[in-house]
Amino acid sequence: MKRAPTFMDRKDLLALATVAVILLIVFPALLDGFRLNLVGKYLTYAFVAVGLVLCWGYGGILSLGQGVFFALGGYGMAMYLKLEASSVENTKIQSTPGIPDFMDWNQITELPLFWQPFHSFPLTLILIVLAPALFAFVIGSAMFKRRVSGVYFAIITQALAAIATILIIGQQGYTGGVNGITDLRTLHGWDIRTDQAKFILYFVNAALLLGVVVAAMFVRDSKLGRILVAMRDKEDRVRFSGYSVANFQIFVFCLAGVFAAIGGAMFTLQVGFMSPSLVGIVPSIEMVIFTAVGGRLSILGAIYGTLAVNFAKTSLSESFPELWLLGLGGLFIAVVAVFPNGLAGLWRDYAQPFIDKALKLRSVDPADPGAEVAKQAAAAAE
Amino acid sequence: MFGEYSLGDLGSIFAMQGFAGLILFSVYLLMALGLAIIFGQMGVINMAHGEFMILGAYVTWLTAEFFTSHLPALFSIYFFVAMALAFCAAGALGMLVEWALIRRLYKRPLDTLLATWGLSLILQQVYRSVFGPREVGVTLPDWMMGSLPITDVIEVQINGLFVMGLTVIITIAVFLMIFHSRFGQQIRAVVQNRQMAGAVGIDTEKVDRLTFGLGCGIAGVAGSAFTMIGSTGPTAGQLYIVDTFLIVVFGGAASLFGTIASAFTISQTQSTLEFFLSGSMAKVITLLTVVAILMLRPQGLFTLKVRR
Repeated sequence: MKRAPTFMDRKDLLALATVAVILLIVFPALLDGFRLNLVGKYLTYAFVAVGLVLCWGYGGILSLGQGVFFALGGYGMAMYLKLEASSVENTKIQSTPGIPDFMDWNQITELPLFWQPFHSFPLTLILIVLAPALFAFVIGSAMFKRRVSGVYFAIITQALAAIATILIIGQQGYTGGVNGITDLRTLHGWDIRTDQAKFILYFVNAALLLGVVVAAMFVRDSKLGRILVAMRDKEDRVRFSGYSVANFQIFVFCLAGVFAAIGGAMFTLQVGFMSPSLVGIVPSIEMVIFTAVGGRLSILGAIYGTLAVNFAKTSLSESFPELWLLGLGGLFIAVVAVFPNGLAGLWRDYAQPFIDKALKLRSVDPADPGAEVAKQAAAAAE
Repeated sequence: MFGEYSLGDLGSIFAMQGFAGLILFSVYLLMALGLAIIFGQMGVINMAHGEFMILGAYVTWLTAEFFTSHLPALFSIYFFVAMALAFCAAGALGMLVEWALIRRLYKRPLDTLLATWGLSLILQQVYRSVFGPREVGVTLPDWMMGSLPITDVIEVQINGLFVMGLTVIITIAVFLMIFHSRFGQQIRAVVQNRQMAGAVGIDTEKVDRLTFGLGCGIAGVAGSAFTMIGSTGPTAGQLYIVDTFLIVVFGGAASLFGTIASAFTISQTQSTLEFFLSGSMAKVITLLTVVAILMLRPQGLFTLKVRR
């Protein structure tokens, strides 16, 4: 009988420590301010990717609408920052002072009701977590209670991403339209545009990401995580054993949504704007590829996958923009057809045995459900 | 929102928007038919469907260019040649893709979705490199230009009528094929019970490949028809893919009749709303309504009773 996974065994701790060293020491030491900010931006996508590992890799629920949750967090933060930047003194040349500039351009004379809570910083923080959780809960309960799953869920979440983009672009006066919410200056009086602020925000972001990773590992190694895997592999059997499958699905979908929203909020803080270009179908599905490249069953792999794909994107699209789409397309195909367990799978199959041998580390069998999937995938590929 | 229009005006508005909706319906239906065959019958999500459609559109454009320079005398009938070529090109590419990629992934539908998305990115880039990033439009033969006046306020475009006629013919052809031919019988048999179909001697792999090719071929014809009412660019296919998927799911995935009904409902709602609201809000309301209905009734409008 396989041993049940324990939370934070030696292997996990070692891997987590490695990531922490890379994020908190290696990157800040090696990269200049501009590059470090760029890495910070990539890491905000890793929040989404970690959420997708739980939701898709473990739960088997593929959401193609994670951009919507990213946007809920990102826009929430951006609305707070925008209101702070549009104080009455700053905007006295407008016909209605005290409201964001794009509202003034669109002949809106009063701050809309849904902007009002974002005057308060604590309320903003609460909403950044609560709004995506509530939204995911509504979507999740409507769909999972009716036993919608698999490709139907994927298509409907993708449609939601499309709707969100069209809505944001169409309602220019309320959302800033296609340009998004720009010209953000201070957070609670603290100027976020200086190099020093960006440096601090990078560390806040990295620390939050590590926190999210630990939370995700906790869920994975708890009984809940086991049920998720069981549900993914034989949903009916779990249902007949007396578990409410829908509730577990709703929970993990909400959790992934909240993770994505935290990432979105950190994106706004570090990059200084939020726009619909991060919401729609294309960014949402790209976030899935980050997870897939890292290995859909590896929480830390999601971080490596996000960084790898984004570094490749930045360097390739700078020098060979035509090649990038071909490369990305090829990556999508390769990651499902050739290496379904991503970087983590490659690591486990090729690098890990060597390291184990070298360190004489008695391999603790993590009862890795990934091995099962790899076997199945290999069988399916035959 | 109706206040400022008189009753007669409203009638004309509904008629004109209804006609615009019918053209939209034709394009949607042609795209959705191919998708419904692939998704409904095989359970495969083909995210590159829009790119197969665009392939048909580019083939039509190439044919038009060829006839203009080499066979100007036959230009008035080039469209029929183009359509056949578009069907063959998209169908052949579809079969190639099925052989190289899809057949390895039948047991993993979510992965098929990601792989075909990758394929769509590659195809888009290929179109951009080969045909250039700018949109291209075809020259219509003279007999397709102009419009027919029905009353003094209502008139209909001939190319629109032609596309509709084409849609009707293709839809009937697909129905005859699925429900009244030996091949269609085999497709339905494989859908209803793959093992049993194999046991009675149907080559299920071959049926899969041909079905996929057929769906893609119809997408190619859809692209061909699409050139008559709009111009074609490398990314035009992606604009329609979400709508078309919603149509197929809304109609009930395994029901071709449901696909027609839902394509009609969605396109009419959208084009009627478009007159009264901004285009983006019309689309948002239509899509939201569809998503809301799907949440209440996930199996879609029409369902096929099949033992799984």
